[in-house]
Amino acid sequence: MQSIGEAFRLAFTLVVTGEADLYEIVALSLQVSLSATLLACLVGLPIGALVAVSRFRGRGLVLVVMNALMGLPPVVVGLLVYLYLSRSGPLGFLGLLYTPGAMILAQIILIVPIVAALSRQVLEDLHAEYAEQFRSLCLSRWQSVTTLLWDGRYALLTVGLAGFGRAVAEVGAVIIVGGNIDHATRVMTTAIALETSKGDLPLALALGIVLLVLALGVNAGVQALRMSAARHAMVGASHV
Amino acid sequence: MSDLQMTDVVPLVPRARTGVGHVAPLLPLEVSGLRLDVGGAALLDGVDLALAPGGCTVIMGPNGAGKSILLKLLHGLLAPSSGSVSWNALPATQATARQALVFQKPVLLRRSVAANMDFVLKARGADRGRRDALLEDVGLAHKARQPARLLSGGEAQRLALARALATDPEVLFLDEPTASLDPASVLVIERIVGEACARGTRIVFVTHDIGQARRIADEVVFLHRGRVAEHSRATDFFPEPRSQAARDYLAGKIIV
Repeated sequence: MQSIGEAFRLAFTLVVTGEADLYEIVALSLQVSLSATLLACLVGLPIGALVAVSRFRGRGLVLVVMNALMGLPPVVVGLLVYLYLSRSGPLGFLGLLYTPGAMILAQIILIVPIVAALSRQVLEDLHAEYAEQFRSLCLSRWQSVTTLLWDGRYALLTVGLAGFGRAVAEVGAVIIVGGNIDHATRVMTTAIALETSKGDLPLALALGIVLLVLALGVNAGVQALRMSAARHAMVGASHV
Repeated sequence: MSDLQMTDVVPLVPRARTGVGHVAPLLPLEVSGLRLDVGGAALLDGVDLALAPGGCTVIMGPNGAGKSILLKLLHGLLAPSSGSVSWNALPATQATARQALVFQKPVLLRRSVAANMDFVLKARGADRGRRDALLEDVGLAHKARQPARLLSGGEAQRLALARALATDPEVLFLDEPTASLDPASVLVIERIVGEACARGTRIVFVTHDIGQARRIADEVVFLHRGRVAEHSRATDFFPEPRSQAARDYLAGKIIV
C-alpha cells in the first residue's frame, strides 16, 4: 500500500493525464445522476407545488411522510428495485437489472422525496405571498402550480442541487441494482468502494477528487446563476 | 376643483358597459348582516350595505375599523362568519372573476413588467394585444422589459393597477393604493382610476386620505369599530357628517 502522499500524487497524475477508464467512469456517473435528477425533478417538483397550494384533511400526515422519505436508506431502495427488476420480479421483463437504467430508477426513487419535500417548503413560502392575488384572479390549482414553479425556478435550483448531490454521492442502491460492472455500470462511488477494497488508492483518490470538483463546480454554477437572478430581482430576498 | 375630480364626470347612476352583452349585471350589491370573527373577536359586525352600479365609493375609517377586511369579504377572498354578500344573486366565484383588487402592497410576479401583464391577460383569456396600450396608459411602456421587482413604489402600484384593469373588471377594489406614494404618483393613480370609473367600472376605494376622498368619492362608507357608522353621498358626508365618529375623524381627532 502506498503512502497517502504518494497516493495523492498518483491520483493527480491520473486526473491530469486523462486516463481513459477514469473518464469513462466519470461520464457514466454524470449520465446516471443527471438523468435521475432531471427525471426526479419532473416528478417531485409538481408534487411539492401541489402540496404547497393544497389544503386537505391529512395534509399534516402527508408532510410528515414526505419529510421522512427524504431519509430513505439507499440499500433498502436498492433491494426493492432489485426485487422488482430481477427476472422473477414484476418488472423483470424490462431487462433493466445491471444496467444504467436500473441505477437511474433507484436514484429517482431516492431523490423524488427530497425534491418534493424541499420544493414544497420553498413554494409554500412563495404561495403565502401570491395566494390572495391568485384567488383574486380565480386561478385554477394547475395555474397556481405552474406559476409558482416558474416564479420559484431560481430557488428551486437549490432543490435540484440537493437532489443531484444525493444522487452522485450515493453508493448503496446503485451497487445493488447496477452490479458495479466494469465498462457497463461502474460509477465513481462504486469504483471508489471497489478500488479501496483492492488497495488501489490512487484511482480511488483520483475518483474522489473528481467527485469533489464536480460537486464544487455544480454548486458554484448554481450559485452564480442565483446571484445573477438576484441582481435582476427575479428572486425574493428570502430565497437568495 | 381639480380636473381629476370624478364627481364632476361620473354621476352616481347606472351606466352602460361595453362587452358584457347578455351577461347578467354584477350590480347591485346587497350586503346583509355581515360579520367576521377571528380568534373570538368580531372584526366586522352587522354590516349592511348596498352598492348601485356606477360611481366611486370610498371606504374610510380609522385603523382597525375593518376597511380592508370588508373589501376582501366583498371580493370573495374571505368567507364571512355570518351574513351574506350578494352580487345580483350571482354565484360567488362568478362574481369574483368579474372583479379585480389592487392591494395596498402590490403583489408582483418575479417577471418583467410585460410578463406580469401577459400573465393576467392570459389567465383571464383576454386579448394580449392590449398589453402595450395598458402599459402606455400608466406610463410604464418604456419599462416593459424591466423586472417588475425593480420598479419604484409608485410604478409598482401603477403596474398593479394596469394589471387589474387588464381584466376589464366590472368592479375594481383598491385597498389604499396610494399609501406612502408621492403626490405625483397619487395623482396618476387617481387619474387612471377616474378614467376607469368614467368608462363604467364601479370603483370601491379604501383610503385614509381625506383630501383624496374629497377628490374622488361619489359616496362614502365610514366604518368604525367594525360597523358602518355612516353611508352617504360625498356631497352630504363631507360638509355634514351625521355620525360623531365621522365628525371627529374629519376634524382630525384621534378616534379608536
